[in-house]
Parts: sequence; C-alpha cells; structure tokens
Amino acid sequence: MKTLLKIFEWATLRIERGAKERNHPVYKPYTNGIIAKEPTSLVEEMTEIRRSGSNRDLDGAFEMSDIFYFCRRGLESIVDDEVTKRFSAEELESWNLLTRSNYNFQHISTRLTVLWGLGVFIRYGFLLPLRVTLAFTGVSCLVVLTTLVGYLPSGRVKNFLSETAHLMCYRICVRALTAIITYHHSENKPKNGGICVANHTSPIDVIILASDGCYAMVGQTHGGLMGFIQRAMVRACPHIWFERSEVKDRHLVAKRLSDHVQDKSKLPILIFPEGTCINNTSVMMFKKGSFEIGCTVYPVAIKYDPRFGEAFWNSSKYGMVNYLLRMMSSWAIVCSVWYLPPMSREEGEDAVQFANRVKAAIARQGGLVDMLWDGGLKRGKVKDTFKEEQQKLYSKILVGTQEDRSRS
Amino acid sequence: PLWCDKVLLRASRRVEIAYFSHSQITRLYSRFHSLDKGENGALSREDFQRIPELAINPLGDRIINAFFPEGEDQVNFRGFMRTLAHFRPVEDNEKSKGHDASEPLNSRNNKLLFAFRLYDLDRDDKISRDELLQVLRMMVGVNISDEQLGSIADRTIQEADTNGDMSISFSEFIKVLEKVDVEQKMSIRFLH
Repeated sequence: MKTLLKIFEWATLRIERGAKERNHPVYKPYTNGIIAKEPTSLVEEMTEIRRSGSNRDLDGAFEMSDIFYFCRRGLESIVDDEVTKRFSAEELESWNLLTRSNYNFQHISTRLTVLWGLGVFIRYGFLLPLRVTLAFTGVSCLVVLTTLVGYLPSGRVKNFLSETAHLMCYRICVRALTAIITYHHSENKPKNGGICVANHTSPIDVIILASDGCYAMVGQTHGGLMGFIQRAMVRACPHIWFERSEVKDRHLVAKRLSDHVQDKSKLPILIFPEGTCINNTSVMMFKKGSFEIGCTVYPVAIKYDPRFGEAFWNSSKYGMVNYLLRMMSSWAIVCSVWYLPPMSREEGEDAVQFANRVKAAIARQGGLVDMLWDGGLKRGKVKDTFKEEQQKLYSKILVGTQEDRSRS
Repeated sequence: PLWCDKVLLRASRRVEIAYFSHSQITRLYSRFHSLDKGENGALSREDFQRIPELAINPLGDRIINAFFPEGEDQVNFRGFMRTLAHFRPVEDNEKSKGHDASEPLNSRNNKLLFAFRLYDLDRDDKISRDELLQVLRMMVGVNISDEQLGSIADRTIQEADTNGDMSISFSEFIKVLEKVDVEQKMSIRFLH
C-alpha cells in the first residue's frame, strides 16, 4: 500500500511539472477555500461599521451602511459556502491514477500514461471480476443461509447460527470491495438493548459495521431483489423493516424502536441519524428521533481514506449499480472505525441537545467538521426560521437599546 | 480540462481578468460550474437560491438580483466575475492600472454604487421612502411595526436629504457614508 501511495505522489508531481512546461493552467484543489472569511457576528460588525461611520455609538438608529454586513456575507456565501460542497466528493491533493478524480487528465508523459494504463488493466481486468464474483457469492450465501436458519426453532442455537451466518456473509462482501478496515476501541462495541449511531457516507457503512458485530437493521421495505434479501434476513433474526406508509408516522416508528431495545435478547439497532449520505468531511444535523427513545447510545465514527477510492455515494449523480461498479474498480476502500464509549441522555438534557453532544463526539474522533445544517438540504429548501433569527437579531439592534435606556 | 481552456481564452480578452489571477479564475469557474445544475453555462435565480447561507440572508433576493442585468434571467460566467470583481479589495489595484481610463470596478465609488443599487430597485438614481422601507422590512422581518419602521425611514431621509426632494440621491448617499470604511466592509479577501 505504501508503494501505491508513493506512486500516486510521483504521478501528481509529474503532472504539475508537465503542465508547467507547457504553460497549461493546472487545476489545483484548494483545501483552504477560495476566500478568507471574517468570523465576526452580526452584532460585532454592526458596531464596528457604525463606530467608524459616525460619532454615535450603537444607539438604535438605522444607518444606511447596515446593509454592508448582509451584502458581504451574501457574496461570500455565493463564492464559497459550507453546505453545498458537502454533497459532492472531496477533492484530493495528489492524483490516485483514477481518471474520475483528476481534472487535469491530458497526455503529459508516456511513463505516466503507461502507469495509468497498467492501473486500468489491473483494476478492470483482474480486480473487478474477482470482486463481482465475491459479491455475488456473499449475497447469495446471505440469502440461502438466513433462510435455512429461519427454519430452526427460536432459541440460543438459532441466534448463534444466525450471527455466524450474518458475519460470514458480510465478511465475504467486505472482501468483495477490498475494504481495509481498522477497528479502534473494540471494547466499546454496541451491546444488546442499545442503539448504534454512526455518520453516513455510503451504503457500504452498513457492511463495514456489520462485518464486525451483529446489528438489527432499520429501513424501508423494498421490492425486487432488495426486498427478497430483506425478507430472508428477517427470518433469521429480527430486523426492523418499515412499510413506506409507516415511515411517516413518527410515533409508530418510535414505538417499534423502543419495543425492540427493551427486549434485551434482541440485537442493537443500527441507525444513521443524518438521514442521507454526506461526503465524509463533515457531520451534519442528527435527526432527534433516535435520541428520544431513552436508551444507551453507542456512537461510532467512520472515516474513509479517499486516496484509494472515493466511497461517498452522490445519489443525485450516480445510481446504485454505477456506484457499486465504481467502488469495485477502485484500488481499495480504506477506512477507520472508532467505537466511542456509550452515552446516555443526562438530566435536563432534551433530545436535540443529546443528539448534538453525540454528534460532536463523533466529529471530534473522526476529524470531521461538526455542522448544524441539515443533510436534507441536499434536496430540500432551507427553513425560514434561520432567516427569521437573523431578522430578529437585527431588529434588536435597531430598537433594543432604546428600550434599555427607557428602562434605566 | 477542455471546458476551462475555452472559457479562459474568451475571458482573457475581457477586462474582468484584470481583477482576478489565473488560479482564482479557475477556482471561480469551478464554483460557477458546481452551482450551474442545468449545465447550460449560465446561472438562474434558482441556482443561487439553492445556497442555504444565501437563502437565509435577509437581503438574499436583492443580492441575487445584482448579478442579473436589467430584464434578464440568466447570468454567464463573465457576468458572474464582473459582479464579484466589485468586491476585490482596493489595494490590489496594480493589475488594473493601465488597462483603460475608466474607474476600476472595485473602487470605493463603485462599491458604494453597488450598495446604492441594492436600495434603488427601479434604477431611477434615487432612493425613495418606499424603496427604503422595502429594504428595512426585508432586514427586520415581522419584528418592528409599520409605524416605527416608517419613522425610522423618515428620520434617515431627513438626515441625508440635502436638496429637499424627500429622497436620497447617489451623491447624498456618498456624503452620508463618507466616514465609513467602505473599502474594508465591502471587500472579500480572495486567496492566492
């Protein structure tokens, strides 16, 4: 693996050198962003503008220069905002010999092209067929074995066999992706009667976690092949599949989840509270539903190394099959999984605060940016409440100080 | 890549290139491209509104408007850069010297004109009481009554209006803001 990394670095340097020789503009990803943003708040900046503009202090009158703050903030967000970039794949600093992650791909040198060609041959000619075969094997084994186990009467033997079957099949799937996973702090692995929460980057997260421990899955019932697999799995051990109509009913969902965790013989539930795939540079808002149930939460942080293969699933750009093919024709999927110590809701803490506390812990461990924005912004519009907050804050500046003066 | 080269060749004949370095233009084009969901080489108002931080900005709609020339619904990359050029810091003007005699887009005057146009929706070069009220209402939402807002507007016009026409002209606007550090407040620090 280290040799592969060295080759990648050499490839990047070669491209840059070749580009300079021809005076071509090289597209370099700027990990620091395009602009330097001022971190001042609304109040701080308004005070500054007014103090420089007139002799009066913040005395509550309107100044025509007040729009400067909103204007600049608006322009800054047009050039570079924190949210929209989380929904597309992260840019790499050095090229990893995959055309999909390179914006400068032109013929720079014969050696480089040969190396790239060799890479393509290895990946598509050798690795891909091998992996596809393994994937088929893994999935069919899962279906067959779980159906067989399902015929057994409930009891310790059934549970043991079910766990073994699940683990084995997931491990085959992991090999099918050549996922190189490092597990940290396995002593904190989720136990029965709890909920496991993790940050979501792709459907592969499920396979990665399930190959190291047994979980009860939560999800919508699908038709076709997925539905077939779901029905087979549920025969061996209880998973929680919802009908599409039931998903809208939050009380029903909460009840089924809490019933499951109260039964200590059932496996811990695996939930991704972000609700959608994020590109693994940040953790977005956790939906509070899973945190209202009132049981122990086992946070897990998953961080992928994008140099060997980009794991993020951009569902608006690529369908599932396309995504899986890309996964299987990358070099490898390398990731680290950290099992964090269990957390419970504290006295006087509501579900949202608890969710934020868990989110902060996961972000800290995985080296991700902790964000308050909702992952649902990938497809939906932002709520007006945020705008109203800003308007309220500004209104306070306009008239607030007058009230203070009349009170004193 | 091919798309970048074509645009850069065209852009290099334009004046906007004086405001941004080669690498900044590349980066801005990449940003433009990522906002352009329809992939037709131009941005619509919806493309801007998809940016959450802009959608929650009280003056978001006015700012988006500033990108679109009179009566048009699409802005191309040149127009995009042109509007952003207003926010280049003033001290970086060595590049634009010697290009033409007219004032650079990011001069203090042009920055103030940009702000003036945020108020002056009908482009009649005057900020009327109504136009001022509209902007005030956008910034305060529902938190201040009509009467209070009206008196704030009246007082502002009274203080600024020197020729008694009950509206604020551009020169009156400049006079009111003469002590404000416009260069710093209406500038964005571009990296590299």
